[in-house]
Amino acid sequence: MTASPRRLAVLSMTGRLRRGQRPSLDDAQVREGLELMLLSRLFDARATTLQRLGRWGVHSPVEGQEAAVVGACLAVDPGRDWLVPQYREFPAYIHHGMPLAGIAAFFTGHPAQGRIPDGVRMLPIQVAIAAQLPHAAGLAWGLRRQGGGAVVLAYCGDGATSEGDFHEACNLAGRMQAPVVFLVQNNGWAISTPRSLQSATPSLALRALGYGFPGVRVDGNDLLAVHQATATAVARARAGEGPTLIEADTYRYSFHNTTDNPAAYADPVELAAARRQDPIERVRRYLTQRGAWDPAREAAVRERLTATLDAAVNAAARLPPPGPDECFDDIYARPPARLLRQRAGHGAPSEA
Amino acid sequence: MPQMTLVEAVRDALRLELRRDPRVMLLGLDIGRLGGVFRATDGLQAEFGAERVVDMPLAEAAIVGASIGLAVAGFVPVAEIQFLGFTHQAFHQIGPQVGRWRQRSRGRFSAPLVIRAPFGGGIRSPEFHSDAIEAQFVQTPGIKVVMPASPYDAKGLLLEAIRDPDPVLFCEPDRLYRLHRQEVPAGEYTIPFGQARTVREGDDVTLVAWSAAVELCERAAAQLDGEGIAATVLDLRTLVPLDVEGLVRAATRTGRVVVVHEAPLSAGFGAEVAATIQEEAFFALDGPVRRVAAWDAPYPSAALEASYLPTVARVVAAARAAVRS
Ligand SMILES: Cc1ncc(C[n+]2csc(CCOP(=O)(O)OP(=O)(O)O)c2C)c(N)n1
Repeated sequence: MTASPRRLAVLSMTGRLRRGQRPSLDDAQVREGLELMLLSRLFDARATTLQRLGRWGVHSPVEGQEAAVVGACLAVDPGRDWLVPQYREFPAYIHHGMPLAGIAAFFTGHPAQGRIPDGVRMLPIQVAIAAQLPHAAGLAWGLRRQGGGAVVLAYCGDGATSEGDFHEACNLAGRMQAPVVFLVQNNGWAISTPRSLQSATPSLALRALGYGFPGVRVDGNDLLAVHQATATAVARARAGEGPTLIEADTYRYSFHNTTDNPAAYADPVELAAARRQDPIERVRRYLTQRGAWDPAREAAVRERLTATLDAAVNAAARLPPPGPDECFDDIYARPPARLLRQRAGHGAPSEA
Repeated sequence: MPQMTLVEAVRDALRLELRRDPRVMLLGLDIGRLGGVFRATDGLQAEFGAERVVDMPLAEAAIVGASIGLAVAGFVPVAEIQFLGFTHQAFHQIGPQVGRWRQRSRGRFSAPLVIRAPFGGGIRSPEFHSDAIEAQFVQTPGIKVVMPASPYDAKGLLLEAIRDPDPVLFCEPDRLYRLHRQEVPAGEYTIPFGQARTVREGDDVTLVAWSAAVELCERAAAQLDGEGIAATVLDLRTLVPLDVEGLVRAATRTGRVVVVHEAPLSAGFGAEVAATIQEEAFFALDGPVRRVAAWDAPYPSAALEASYLPTVARVVAAARAAVRS
């Protein structure tokens, strides 16, 4: 069996740079990353509460995976690069320019207000696992044809790598030298199915070999490692050298989503071990040792983020309910007459 | 005016669009070097280059899925799925992704792409190649389903499809690709969707069909003529949008309707046609809408094709029965 690739790690759990490693982000950038990670955790808690209260829809928390998401998105430029989400990447949407109020509106069931604003280079979240990956490959291929050096960052989960779409997308991206980075968040789970039951491969990153591009494995709880790997991949893509597959090893702290019951399958010992690798605590220690973070600063940041979150949640709650005919919006640019008749309130002519 | 076969008309439309609009790209299996298994894209890669007429890896979901991404990047992809029966390998990308792309993004994105797919029986092709599964795509809102039956229509409808801002599934009847030549204008012209074509007029019975079944109905109508039964042949041209008015007009005029398709009977699009007519023109009918379709069996091997597909004899018999009722 092929050996698993060495796992890139930059920060130790005590927040020290590992031997021979240098940070690919300056302190201000790491602080930006930490703020996004803190916002993400606040959002998870709020979204879960609101779902339990029946006010918000189903939520898939990022908790435990913040470094994998944020480390990657900090390596792309929202001003020219594209983000292709699965659904467990909330802080990346914020970084890429998606307004928090829009995301909050989406969770209350207001898709219209959840529209990705013009100019925000992000595709809608994808619920059909791995279906976003061929889109990402095509988008990156198209961007290469346009010139201009834009890159696509596409996220998916470890479960997604078992799908045919993952294979077809990677193969096409390799064949087209498409400027795309496939960021696999290996969070150990696909709902209740552990990574070990997904595939016999010792590392998902190894798969890249078969597509003719590099696959790298990183400590996904290490913001600086994820950033460094992604930045390298983005630079390659921009230089016309094609795709990279990154496997970020992390761990899902919480349920798959708010309907799940991990008590039925998760191992508490494994979870406790994962929590000791907390991605936020690691960055907090790193910045603190560099004199770039302290409890007072964190308190102020939390207060500001909480206020922003409150405002977005309240704005979403104040939206009037959508009109019943909104389900007819945006199906076609030129809708069939039959659909217009249905929109006007008429079912089949035989209905009434 | 030049004479063209249906496949030449398709090629002519593709060439005109590649010339007119630099955003147009063709992608599919074997469409470049070979010119397509039916030669529909013959010579186009030589003329427009391998970046615009692209030989794709053998992966239907990626052909369709990448077309969505290319559309986001500003291109107008015209994808070829080698045979409609292999859209199953891309089915999850067509209905749930292409069809919902505009609505999922609340109008931020659109998918102005075309999926061309040859299909249909009667040419002794291998398993899956003949499957007429057009009705499956009528159940995937957001997609238009276009079914040309003549060279003139193939060109005009394909030009319309490529320019239409919505995604279009464009099903090409391979049995008719080289069956007839027809006068087809050399330049550009479009045929609007949702307007059925009256192929021939007669007062006794209406034969409703689309794609290759139109040709079958024309032969049946000629035979009925000899028996003193005057048939209208109505070619729907597009299933989505459906020309309800055209259907009602024809049904009202003749009072008798036979709908004919090469797809299996149950839940075929003929059921939608029959339901629509009974809802909209019930009191103009002299009898039930009749259906002549393939059997509810998998498309059989070549030696059994003739007994599987609807025949002129069955269409004629159904029309006679309708007129007698
Ligand atoms: C095609 C498809 N099959 C099944 C599901 C149901 N489902 C939702 S999430 C999920 C697990 C996805 O796992 P992974 O890709 O590892 O992402 P994670 O949720 O762990 O972030 C499944 C099976 C789905 N949404 N789409």
